[in-house]
Amino acid sequence: MNRVKQAIDYLGVSRLVVIGFLLVLMVSVFPLGINPGMIYSDCLVRIGMNGFLVLAMMISIVCGAGLNFGLPIGILCGLLGGSIAVQFNWTGLAGFWGACLVSVPFAMGAGWLYALLLNNVKGSEMTVGNYMAFSVVSLMSIAWLVLPYSNPKIVWPITGVGLRTTMTLEENYDKVLDNFLKIDFRAMGIFQDNPYWKDFSLATGLLLVFALGCVLMWLFMKTKAGIIMRCSGVNPGFSRTLGVNNNQVRTVGIIASTVIAAIGINIYSQSYGFYQFYSAPLMMAFPAMAAILIGGATPRKAGVFHVVLGVILFQSLLTLATPVANAVINAGSISEVVRIIVQNGIILYALTKIRANGGK
Amino acid sequence: MHGRIRPWDCSLPRRPFLFKKGLCTPSEPGDTRPLVHWGKYTRYSRLPVKPGRRKTLDRKFVLEMNHIGKDFFGNQVLKDVSIKVKPGEIVALIGENGAGKSTIMNILFGMPAIHQTGGFTGEVIIDGEKVDIKSPMEAMKHGIGMVHQEFMLIDGYDVAENVKLNRENLKKTPLGMVFGKRLNLVDQLSMHKDARTTLDSLGIDLGERTRVGSLPVGYKQFVEIARELDKENTRLIVLDEPTAVLTETEAETFLSCVRSVAEKGIAFIFISHKLDEIKNYTHHVFVLRDGEMVGDYHTRELTTIRMSELMVGRKVEILNRQTDGEAPEHREICLELEHFGVSMPGEVARDVSFQVKKGEIFGIGGLAGHGKISIANGIMGLYPCRGQVKIHGKAMDVTKTSDTLNEGVAFVSEDRRGAGLMLDESIELNIAIGALKTKNRFVTRRLGIPFYDKKEAIAYAKKMIQELDIRCTGHSQPVRSLSGGNQQKVCIARALTLEPDILFVSEPTRGIDIGAKKMILDSLMKLNREKGVTVIITSSELAELRSVCNRIAIVTEGKIAGILSSTDEDYKYGMLMSGVKPPEAPEAGSPQKAGAAEAGERQNAAAAPVPETEGRANS
Repeated sequence: MNRVKQAIDYLGVSRLVVIGFLLVLMVSVFPLGINPGMIYSDCLVRIGMNGFLVLAMMISIVCGAGLNFGLPIGILCGLLGGSIAVQFNWTGLAGFWGACLVSVPFAMGAGWLYALLLNNVKGSEMTVGNYMAFSVVSLMSIAWLVLPYSNPKIVWPITGVGLRTTMTLEENYDKVLDNFLKIDFRAMGIFQDNPYWKDFSLATGLLLVFALGCVLMWLFMKTKAGIIMRCSGVNPGFSRTLGVNNNQVRTVGIIASTVIAAIGINIYSQSYGFYQFYSAPLMMAFPAMAAILIGGATPRKAGVFHVVLGVILFQSLLTLATPVANAVINAGSISEVVRIIVQNGIILYALTKIRANGGK
Repeated sequence: MHGRIRPWDCSLPRRPFLFKKGLCTPSEPGDTRPLVHWGKYTRYSRLPVKPGRRKTLDRKFVLEMNHIGKDFFGNQVLKDVSIKVKPGEIVALIGENGAGKSTIMNILFGMPAIHQTGGFTGEVIIDGEKVDIKSPMEAMKHGIGMVHQEFMLIDGYDVAENVKLNRENLKKTPLGMVFGKRLNLVDQLSMHKDARTTLDSLGIDLGERTRVGSLPVGYKQFVEIARELDKENTRLIVLDEPTAVLTETEAETFLSCVRSVAEKGIAFIFISHKLDEIKNYTHHVFVLRDGEMVGDYHTRELTTIRMSELMVGRKVEILNRQTDGEAPEHREICLELEHFGVSMPGEVARDVSFQVKKGEIFGIGGLAGHGKISIANGIMGLYPCRGQVKIHGKAMDVTKTSDTLNEGVAFVSEDRRGAGLMLDESIELNIAIGALKTKNRFVTRRLGIPFYDKKEAIAYAKKMIQELDIRCTGHSQPVRSLSGGNQQKVCIARALTLEPDILFVSEPTRGIDIGAKKMILDSLMKLNREKGVTVIITSSELAELRSVCNRIAIVTEGKIAGILSSTDEDYKYGMLMSGVKPPEAPEAGSPQKAGAAEAGERQNAAAAPVPETEGRANS
């Protein structure tokens, strides 16, 4: 009993409510006649897709820069790497990792510049980061048009100049991670007589990569550098008395966040099957933010546990809510409206929390 | 209502009303009533004595606070304190920081903080009636006013508007009749006229239409006092360190104005640290020390020296301080400051120079806001600073905190909950993190990567919890839920883990109960004795410093006013704190004293005390 109470205290009431709601959704799938096998597989894929972006959010919180509203900067670096990979027709797993690898130096450079900016606007990282991301997305929109891409598959068909808004990965590395060691009931021919589970599949590779990312991050948090980064993020005034160079720690954290975001968008895109350019990265930071906050992180403190719990709760909720809402209320895009309200509502809630904590 | 004043309304003896210019001389030396020049005549300024004020003159005391006691959750801060104030009397209330001055004023004003913490014992009698003041508004109704240390004025309003703030003269309007008086018009004309009268009664040359924002600091104080006077029934005004922000001439003008107002029957309670002002301008002195009334004197019975003696006192007997072995003076110097200045907001150190010998316990004392706290913070590189710091004879760039830490300096911050701890982290991490960062302790290498060795840290934390008697549920308890004393012990445990040569401890016992206080001071002394650590304690509690330190530097107005030995007489401490040099240098008896005196003189030369103040204290 004591253990249960401890667990409840640890999770907090708001998270229990969310978990309860998710369970209701998961069960309600059955009577509503939605294919549970398929929708559960979707949930898992989406968790794996978004996991890395949420990890990027976490390291930015840990180093003391708060929620990384500048996540699109990292995403753009990932897209740059990805578009280079497609330009040269890289394929398969090697092609995918190649794309990630090419993104990293860009992300490091951009992250360093972004950290320089954030270190000069301490206290309002989130506002500045948000507008920084907006500006950089617009800047890169021009870049997508003028960079010398030449692969006919990816440039505009008539003019032959500039990238298309979406770029398919079908011939490159569409779903390479999803299909790595994939458990697919239909392909394997098991449970085919069970109407609920016959379409279930498990994107093993994708989830393994996310798990690997989480383990590495967890290990980092156990190192000396990780402990000191956490200390610097939680109480910069205190860490100064320990002789910690807060700016340096933040720089490292923000660079890491940008790099992880760059890799994250490649993972996201290979599963999605497309790279999306121009204004697509603009809003990419918000789901990641909502996920980590719903997982129990605050803008000052976050852990790997918050990332995992948050991404599971938030992405499953979104994936499940759409078909369930459509089945219950038959009114066009109501589910999309609900999704936007929930997502932004969570961010708003969390941002009000910052003030409450700051003014304590 | 108060037009021309007839002599019989007035408490003063009848005097000729008009003088020919040049003929006017105040009849008594004490008579400081302001003079108004009027053509070729001079007269005493008008003294608007409002009806009702006269009555108070017949009574014995305007305010009596009898046997006041107050405890904050079992921590007794006031014990049987009685204050009596006669009409027209200026009463000084003096004491060190934390002696209970503000608590007793909070009781008088019925501040919510008092009632929320269980009220107080004793009685408050105003004008012969026992009253129960529950809020500052009620205090105002009883005729008690307050002039705040930091000005409660609106810069954009003119003087009259500030004087009449929230008590504006109103003109009725139809809207006001329907919707209440908030919609009445402000009667600017009569307001300015009233304000003029009040300002005249203060006898100061201040236009009632001047914007307050453009006034010099000294005049703002007058506006505050005019506001209190303008209230119909004001009988008692509390002045909370009114001269702290004024220059010497401004202070003099202000105080003679206060005196002239007092002569009209208004009583003042005057809180100040400047003893010579108290000596010169007050009638009666109450001295508080550690929540007890230790002095109730007519000012003329006291000298400033006696006042400081009473204020500082000595109650805590000297703990068994190490005296054997080599006297610290002959040891090498381990810390040297030269013209060190730190710009820490609210605690600016301007020009601090001193030397600390190895193995010494050195105290830094002084009043709050004079810059003693900033010295340690500056050395740790937390605030911008200038001047030179030498540690073990090596000049340091103190802005590089990690270099300073590597030199063997550790720091326990006065801001325990801010810069001292990670409140939501466990005790074990809070203890271990300092050594983890600086000494690479609690580190295990796996595959060449330095990992935090939680096991070792837990084992160590358990040891420290036992050694320092930290009361907690376990090593993983977040420090936020610990009491102040235990939090402080965690801070000290962290500093000890660094195995420092020089340990800075700021306000080690602030907000801590007696038992924990002794424990903390004992552990500091043990550290000094057994490991030879040089300990530099900054504290507002002089008694505490004197119980543990070898030498104590007193910081006044950002400078070292002097360095005293803990065996020096009480009054010397008091004098240094009020910015006055002690009348004679400490005798060169023991070698320790000689060292202290030498150091003290050197510092005094650097600090360049104001000669005028000095002379007055000597007389």
